Amino acid sequence: MTVLRLGFVPLTDCAVLAVAQAKGMFARHGIAVQLGREVSWASLRDKLMAGAVDGAQLLAGMPLAAAAGIDPAAPPLLTACGLGLNGNAITLSSALWVRVIAADPAAATRRPLTADVLWPLVDADRRAGRPPLHLAMVYPFAAHHYQLRYWLAAAGIDPDHDVRLSVVPPPRMVDALADGAIDGCCVGEPWNSLAVRRGVGRIAITGYELWNNAPEKVFAVTRRFAERNPQTHLAVLRALLEASAWADAPENRDELARLLAAEHLVGAPAGVIAAALAGDIALGGGARLSLPDFHVFHRYAATFPWVSHGIWFLRQMRRWGQLAGAGDLTAIASEVYRPDLYREAASALGMLAPEIDLKREGVHTRPWALETSAGSIPMGPDAFFDGSVFDPLGDADFVGGAMLTR
Amino acid sequence: MIVDENPDRAALIERSLVAAGYQIVARVIGRADLQAAVNAVQPDVIVIDMESPDRDTLEDMSRITRERPRPTVMFVDRSDSDSIRAAVQAGVTAYVVAGLQPERVRPVLEVAIARFNEFQDLRRELESARSSLEDRKVIERAKGILMKRRGLAEDEAFRLLRKMAMDRKTRLATVAREVVAAAEVL
Repeated sequence: MTVLRLGFVPLTDCAVLAVAQAKGMFARHGIAVQLGREVSWASLRDKLMAGAVDGAQLLAGMPLAAAAGIDPAAPPLLTACGLGLNGNAITLSSALWVRVIAADPAAATRRPLTADVLWPLVDADRRAGRPPLHLAMVYPFAAHHYQLRYWLAAAGIDPDHDVRLSVVPPPRMVDALADGAIDGCCVGEPWNSLAVRRGVGRIAITGYELWNNAPEKVFAVTRRFAERNPQTHLAVLRALLEASAWADAPENRDELARLLAAEHLVGAPAGVIAAALAGDIALGGGARLSLPDFHVFHRYAATFPWVSHGIWFLRQMRRWGQLAGAGDLTAIASEVYRPDLYREAASALGMLAPEIDLKREGVHTRPWALETSAGSIPMGPDAFFDGSVFDPLGDADFVGGAMLTR
Repeated sequence: MIVDENPDRAALIERSLVAAGYQIVARVIGRADLQAAVNAVQPDVIVIDMESPDRDTLEDMSRITRERPRPTVMFVDRSDSDSIRAAVQAGVTAYVVAGLQPERVRPVLEVAIARFNEFQDLRRELESARSSLEDRKVIERAKGILMKRRGLAEDEAFRLLRKMAMDRKTRLATVAREVVAAAEVL
């Protein structure tokens, strides 16, 4: 039997891949898998391209950037399965937090925190001739990058002129906050929780609060791999769907935390991972927040590759000048996101799958039900923190949030 | 500049590079702000281990900060196989498989730098082609505005623009942009 090589980056949302391996879902679907831990998204993408890995946990923006032609190094990729919702947060360094509180003492009690609190500091720094605030994200095509920009822009802060944004790899983030190399960041777990635990950061807003049940990583393969190995690809998808259901079950979360804590997977304290998985978020300074949906792996159709999510990412790329021109974003997203393959895998397992490919975001502030001909799927809220609505088929210039036009 | 998590391997690469006649201006072994280090040192070439988390940082720098891109050479362990080398890449970076033998280092770096420069030339050409296209578009729009507002024929509008540019010792496209901007305000 050939061994499939799948790559991942040490983050809590590699859970579905880790579970499929450790709990035997891959084996049950007749595939042998070798999981390889990678330290950078760029090298994972290049290994996928070179065939050194067959499939990978990727940032949702990476296959889209490749399809849109703005990542010339990448081959055509596709995804038929998401790896979960939420899991990010925006964390401010303790030094910046001290300045925030000095300028606006009430900020300590407001939740979630908007970037309005940064305005007086941005202004004061500019007048004093000090360098602008330096905020970090994990990759130019990462959801974190767009979430951070969205948060800033909603407060009228221009991410390209009022602050400095740059990439810092997740494992370096906590040290960067501690050394004062950066003033804040948007990163996935467990890095925010570790920053809080080390006393070097304070969580301003979680990704969940920014956009309820926002898409995160995807499982991607090259189009070439999917075309040459359709049965193997479907078997992997079936295994991932089963694993996502296991990872989502509350009774399995402690075991999941212990599993992920292992050095060959995430390599972080099990207690920190368990708390984030349980939605018990330490914000810093003793403040806590309970967000049961902080990590969603299966419920709310979390693994479904919504074409509309692809369009959301592409519109962010266009909004922020990564993607120029008037290309057909729906067509690009449909090349990458493959709900048809997902449905094939789900139906083999007798799992319900959405029958539509696109949905509006920001319209549900409470749980709702998605109807299908075989029954209804319970869905979570999808609200944005600023109350905006995203319509994938609506005005192509509309990107959600307070428009910041330049 | 050498970027490598592993100090032993960094030392090995350094010895190979020095033997090949290169000067090492900085060694970076896992630090939080690689971008600041690059800005401070301004190396001519960056040699990085493929397995370094800092690859994402470097990729971002070459994508976003266009001010001073530089060649990046990556050393890949033999276990990663020749396939990576065979597959890659667009000229900004070069992958080198197990390229630590001193006698191979020099040609590898020379090829990487040459490919990088070639890629930069191409990009400059593309940018100048793109901006001349933009220029033509804005000149067309300015001509249209003048024709409509002043009732001029096309060649008269063009001559008026050219005269304005000559009088003010500036480029035709600059004048055209001002005309368009002024028309938007009025």
